Amino acid sequence: MNKLILSTAALALTAGFAMADTVRLGTEGAYPPYNFIDDSGEVAGFEREVGDEVCARAELDCEWVTNEWDSIIPNLVSGNYDVIIAGMSITDERDEVIDFTQNYTQPDPSGYLAASADADIEGGVLAAQTGTIQAAFIASSGATLVEFATPEETISAVKNGEADAVLADDAYLRPIASEDDALLMLEKTELLGGGVGLGVRESDGELKAKLDAAIQSMKDDGSLNELLAKWEIGPGF
Amino acid sequence: MFSFCTDPDVLGQFQWLSCYLTTGKHMSLYVSVVVVLVLLAITAPTALLFGFGGAVAARSRIPPVRWFGKSYIAIVRGVPDIAFFLFFVIALDQAFEWMRHKVLCPDWTDPIRQGNDFVVCQAAKLPLSSSPQWVHETYGFFVAVLTFAIVFGAFAGNILFGAMRAVPRPQLETAEAYGLSRRQTFWRILVPQMWVFALPGLSNLWMVLIKATPLLFLLGVEDIVYWARELGGTKTSRFTDYPHGDWRMYYFAGLLVFYLIFTRISEIFLERLMQRLTRGQATTGGEAQRKAAA
Repeated sequence: MNKLILSTAALALTAGFAMADTVRLGTEGAYPPYNFIDDSGEVAGFEREVGDEVCARAELDCEWVTNEWDSIIPNLVSGNYDVIIAGMSITDERDEVIDFTQNYTQPDPSGYLAASADADIEGGVLAAQTGTIQAAFIASSGATLVEFATPEETISAVKNGEADAVLADDAYLRPIASEDDALLMLEKTELLGGGVGLGVRESDGELKAKLDAAIQSMKDDGSLNELLAKWEIGPGF
Repeated sequence: MFSFCTDPDVLGQFQWLSCYLTTGKHMSLYVSVVVVLVLLAITAPTALLFGFGGAVAARSRIPPVRWFGKSYIAIVRGVPDIAFFLFFVIALDQAFEWMRHKVLCPDWTDPIRQGNDFVVCQAAKLPLSSSPQWVHETYGFFVAVLTFAIVFGAFAGNILFGAMRAVPRPQLETAEAYGLSRRQTFWRILVPQMWVFALPGLSNLWMVLIKATPLLFLLGVEDIVYWARELGGTKTSRFTDYPHGDWRMYYFAGLLVFYLIFTRISEIFLERLMQRLTRGQATTGGEAQRKAAA
């Protein structure tokens, strides 16, 4: 009897430990509306709300960390944080290095932001952020690619004439185009990537399963669609 | 911050600016200034210590110690800073975790390297993933200090090695003639006299160190340049109460002024130090001081 009580106590203790597991979420913090730093210096945006909700449903204790986009995958695999939540589209190349959960946005068409409507996107100079699906797309097209470390710099490149247009997620470019008279969205769009998913280490199967289940439950009860509509990120599920 | 900041859209220019400059995000910028200053204050002496150790080792009569000192100076000086910062810090962190893993989780059977992944048991994580964010930040800060100290220590080591050899030979011979041991000669004659030869090189190094602080962001420490870039970037009204265009130029201009003032103060201070160190030395500068006083 005593032994039974002891082992239940031990079980309860280990369960307690499992509950207190902290999962660190790594994001870029420079890509509104997906993720950005708000006025009070906190991570905010669509992914902040999705991430917090996913953590609540998966009963994980989550902590937000910002990391430069360039080194966001190396820092995940070396264990500095456990999840990438940074508007990262699911692609085969990335899937070789890390694992993705199911997508929590539909494949969002990428748009062109240019200074004039007749910008040459076939053979001109196009700007994109390094290591994005858009950069890979331009590199394989006929246009010349110029890469920048941050999204902000790609916009500047168009404004100062260094590039003819910038290719990025539609949801990122639209608010910028609507507030800057000198910039406009081109009609042409490109459908790239398989939607945005959470990136986890390939060895972290347990965490991936938990996150997958949480995303699925958000899809099922429509709360994910509400967030997608609130932050104006592509179509719902 | 101020009570009138609740609705920034209706404010006059001055009030708007005073609200804008006191947002939580700007506070992070001000904190990062302090972080950078503290980092410099800790790194400079640590790097000097590493350099001194390197120089002493490179002069050693015991071959393995000498080889160690010489190869430390040569290798670290030869590797580009950015490569060193990106590679070395991750490697250093993993080395710490690997050692802790071996000690704390001896019955762990899974391999640590699984493809690209580096997996150690939870207890070996450094810092523990359950520890609060400030612990992670402090840890990152000290890894940054250590990396800076190793890199700049190698340069300082080379400077001190040269400075030790520049001390006039007769000074040391005189010490030996008076019967001082090697150790006594080193500490009482060589070390006090070498600083005057080392200072020009060390002051250059200090200037470079001040300007190298933006490399901090590679190490996960959010420094002033990161915040200036983040704050200066275009802000659309959907995502902030204080929308503005591309203001990076103003922020970077502010940084320029900050760094110029900082380096100018350093120059003045180093000039005074040089005067002080030259006094009574067997150098042309010391001789000039003696003649001026006489």
